Amino acid sequence: MLSAMGVRSVEDLFADIPAAVRLPKLDIPDGLAEDQVVARVTSMLAANRTVVDMPTFLGGGLYDHFVPASVRAIVSRSEFYSSYTPYQPEISQGMLQALWEYQSLICELTGMDAANTSMYDGSTALGEAARMAHRLHGGRIFLVPRAVRHNRRAVLANYVLGTGLQVREVDYERESGMLDLAKLKAALSPDVCGVYVENPNFFGRFEEQLGDIRAMTDAIFVVGVNPIAQAVVRPPGDFGADIVIGEGQPLGTQMNFGGPLLGIFACRQEHIRKMPGRVIGLTRDAKGHRAFCMTLQTREQHIRREKAMSNICTNESLLAVAAAAYLSVQGANGLRRVAAENIRRAKELAVAIDAIPGFTAPMFHGAHFNEFVVRRKKGYEAVHRALLAKGVHGGLPLARHLPELNDAALFATTGRHTPEAVRRLLSALETVR
Amino acid sequence: MSFRQAFWDEPLITEKRSAPDEPVDLADLVPAKIRRERLAIPNLSEHDVVRHFTRLSQMNFGIDTGFYPLGSCTMKFNPKFTEELAALPTVARIHPDQDESTVQGSLRLLYELQDLLAKIAGMDAVTLQPAAGAQGEFTGLLLAQAYHRDRGEERHQVIIPDTAHGTNPASAGMLGFDLVEIPSKDGRVDLKALEAAAGDKTLALMLTNPNTLGIFEEHVLEIAQIVHDAGGLLYYDGANFNAILGRSSPGKMNFDIVHFNLHKTFTTPHGGGGPGAGPVGVKKPLEPFLPVPVIGLNGRGYHLNYDRPKSIGKVRAWYGNFALLVRAYAYILRMGGDGLKEVSERAVLNANYVRHRLDGVLEVPFGGLRKHEFVASAAKLAATKGVRTVDVAKRLMDFGYHPPTVYFPHLVEEALMIEPTETETKETLDGFVEALTKIVKEDPALLHSAPHNTAVARVDEVQAAREPLLSWRMAKARERRPS
Repeated sequence: MLSAMGVRSVEDLFADIPAAVRLPKLDIPDGLAEDQVVARVTSMLAANRTVVDMPTFLGGGLYDHFVPASVRAIVSRSEFYSSYTPYQPEISQGMLQALWEYQSLICELTGMDAANTSMYDGSTALGEAARMAHRLHGGRIFLVPRAVRHNRRAVLANYVLGTGLQVREVDYERESGMLDLAKLKAALSPDVCGVYVENPNFFGRFEEQLGDIRAMTDAIFVVGVNPIAQAVVRPPGDFGADIVIGEGQPLGTQMNFGGPLLGIFACRQEHIRKMPGRVIGLTRDAKGHRAFCMTLQTREQHIRREKAMSNICTNESLLAVAAAAYLSVQGANGLRRVAAENIRRAKELAVAIDAIPGFTAPMFHGAHFNEFVVRRKKGYEAVHRALLAKGVHGGLPLARHLPELNDAALFATTGRHTPEAVRRLLSALETVR
Repeated sequence: MSFRQAFWDEPLITEKRSAPDEPVDLADLVPAKIRRERLAIPNLSEHDVVRHFTRLSQMNFGIDTGFYPLGSCTMKFNPKFTEELAALPTVARIHPDQDESTVQGSLRLLYELQDLLAKIAGMDAVTLQPAAGAQGEFTGLLLAQAYHRDRGEERHQVIIPDTAHGTNPASAGMLGFDLVEIPSKDGRVDLKALEAAAGDKTLALMLTNPNTLGIFEEHVLEIAQIVHDAGGLLYYDGANFNAILGRSSPGKMNFDIVHFNLHKTFTTPHGGGGPGAGPVGVKKPLEPFLPVPVIGLNGRGYHLNYDRPKSIGKVRAWYGNFALLVRAYAYILRMGGDGLKEVSERAVLNANYVRHRLDGVLEVPFGGLRKHEFVASAAKLAATKGVRTVDVAKRLMDFGYHPPTVYFPHLVEEALMIEPTETETKETLDGFVEALTKIVKEDPALLHSAPHNTAVARVDEVQAAREPLLSWRMAKARERRPS
C-alpha cells in the first residue's frame, strides 16, 4: 500500500504532527490475548454481588424484571447492533421499521400521538421535557414534585441552565403521598410553563389526580411514567397530558449497574416540531412501496446547529429495539399479567413487613404499583446494615432524597423474587426490629 | 462486487393477527378512576415475533454485513468477546443503588478505566458519566463555565470553526452561550480570525484535531496559546481521536477538556444510533468541578464520593453507560499501548491509501496528508454530468457498500466524507475504490434512480417531512381523514 502511494514508511504519513505534540509511546501496559482479558475482567467483576447472589429490594426507577431470551436474541443480531444511525434509509429499513414500531408501541402505552426514538435516560428525558415546555409556552417556571429521585432532580437542574427556567417544587400530601393540590394551586401562575407529575410517583403510589391537575392549569402537562404500570392504568393521554417521559429500562433491558438506559419521550401531535431527538417517519419509496426514514431533521443539531431543539445525536436506539421486542413478545396479555403480578406481590410484601413490630408499610395510604415506603421509627440506617450483614439488600434509604424520610426506605419487588428471597428478607427484618 | 439486500414485505407488528385479550382482574389492584381496561398491543406467538425482527434485521446493513466508511463515525470492527463480557450477570444484574460494598468489581473497573483514558488522552482526571459525545460536550462546557465562575469570571462566548460537528454549536446553544464561528483557511483554523475572535468573553474554543476534513491542525500549539492568552479554555472534540491514538494526545496539544466517543475510538457497537458513551477528561484545575459521584479509592476499597462542593452536579442518572464502559475497558486491555498505536497507524494508512487511489476519480479539495479520513467532492461530476453526491451515495449501496457521510462538512461542496478505519483489509478498500471508479463513469440515469439492489428503492424523505406520520396511531388517523 505504501509503495502504491509512493510513501516510504508509515512514519511519513504522520509528518504533519509537529514534534512538540508527539508522544513517544502510550504509558499503559501492552496488549493481552483475548482469553487473558476475558479471565481478568471476569474475575474483577466477580467481586460484585448480583441480585441473584443477594435478594435485592431496590427499585426507584430501575427494576429487575424478567427479560425473555428472545429479546436478547433479537438485539444480538449484529445487523442491528453493528449499524450506525440510519442516515441512509434504503439500506437501513430494518432498523427504521423497528424504531417506528417502538414509537407506535410507546404511543399506545402512553396515549400520545408521537414518540422519539429515545433520550439517554428518564432523567435527561425530564430535562428535555422542561426545555420543550418552555419552548412551547414561554413561561419561566417549571413545577416538579418535591418527591422526585435526587438524581433526576439534579440532572433537571443542569438541563434548564441556559433557558432562564426556574424549577420550583410542589410538596406531597403527607397521608397519601400524592401531590398536594392545595400547594400546587398556590404555586401556579401565568408564568408557569409546565407542570411535571409522576404516575406511579417516587413512593410507588399511584397518582390518582392527573385529571384534577390537568384541570387546574393551561401550562404544558408533563407526566412521568413507569412503562410496565401503563399496562393497567389509564394512560396520561386520557388525562390531557402534553408530554410523557419515563425510564424505559423495565422494557427488556437489564439494570447494568445503571446504564445504558432508555429515555422514553412522547408528545401530542401538535407539539412534534418542538420535540427533541430523532424521529422516524412513514413514507413511500420511488416505486410506491411503504418505507421509513428519519424525519423532521431540521429540529436537529446536524442541520440547525446552535438553534437545534437539543444537542442529542447518539441516543439509545438499540434499547428502543429491545423495548419493541419486549412489548411484542409480551403482548397486551403478558404485559398486563406482569403489571398485575407486580402490584399483587408488592401488596403482599407490604402486609408482611407491616406485621413486623417496629415497621410500617406502606407508609403512605392507598394504591401502589411495585414499590412502597417502609418506615421504622427507631431509624432506618441500622436496618440497612443489618440486612447486608445477612446477605439481603434492602430498599433504597430515603434520607438523601427527602430529609424528613430519614427513617424510611423505598422497597420494590417484581415477579422475580422467589418465596425464599422474601422469607430471607422478612426473617432478617425480624432480627433488627 | 454485486449485492442484493433481502426484501421481506413484512407487515407492522400492529398489523399482525392478534390472539384475543385475556381478562385480568384488577378490581383490588388499581383504583377504578385510573384503571385501564384495554391495551392495544397485539398478542403474538414468540416464534412470530422472533421471525419478524429477524426479517427486519435482514433488511439492515451493519459493519458485520459490509464496508461502512461513514466519515467521523469510526465504523470499525466490534470485537465479539466484549459482547460476552457485557452480558455477564455481574454486569447485567446489578442495581446501581446497591451498597458500595457489594459492587467493588464494578467500581474497580470504572476506576481503572478512568485511569487508562486519562493516560491515553494526557489528562489528569476523567468522569465516565456522560451518555454520548454530545453529552460529553454539554458536560465539558459546564465544567468550563464552573471553572471561570470559580475565578470570578463570567464568560459566555464559545468559539467554533466552521468545520465543527453540529453537536458543538448545539451544545453551546443548549447552555445559552453565544457562538462565535470562525472561517477556515486552507481547511485549517485561520489564526488571524481566531485572534480576532478570542477575548475576555471567551469561555472556550471547541476543536477537533484532526479536523473534519481529516487534516491535522499543525498550528495547534499556537491556537492553544491564543485561546489561553485570552483566558479561555480549549475543548477537544474526541470524535476523531482514532487518528492520533498513541501518536499525540489532547493533553500534549494543551487542551484542557476532552470528550471521548467510546462508541467510535474504543469500538463499543453503535446499536443503530446508540447507546454510546462520552467520558470527559480534564486537566487538574478543572478536576474539582467534575460531576458527582467521583469514584475514589481508600483503605476500605472503592467508593462513590458525593462530597464535592464545587461539582457541577449530574448530567444523567447514576454513573454512566456501564455495559459500554466494560466493553471499552476490555478493548483497551486487549490492544494495550502498543496495539492502540497500531490502530492509528493503520487507520491513517487506510485513509491515505483510499484517498490516493481516488485521484482522478473524485476531487479532494485541500492538499497535504490526511489522517483517519478525507473529504472528496462530487461538485465537478454535478457540473458535468448532473450527478450529485446523493446519487453517488445511493449507487454505492448497489455494490454492497454503505455510503460515506454526505454533505458534511459544509465548506466542501457536494461532500463525501470517507473514513475507512483500521480494521479493513486492502482487498476491501480496493473493491470500494473500483466501485466508485465505475460509478462515476456510469450512465447518470442509473445513478439518479439508484439504489436498485436494496430492500426498497429511493425513499421519499420530503414527503415524510411534509406530512409526518410518526406512529401507527397517526397513520390510522390519516387514513380516516378525507384527502
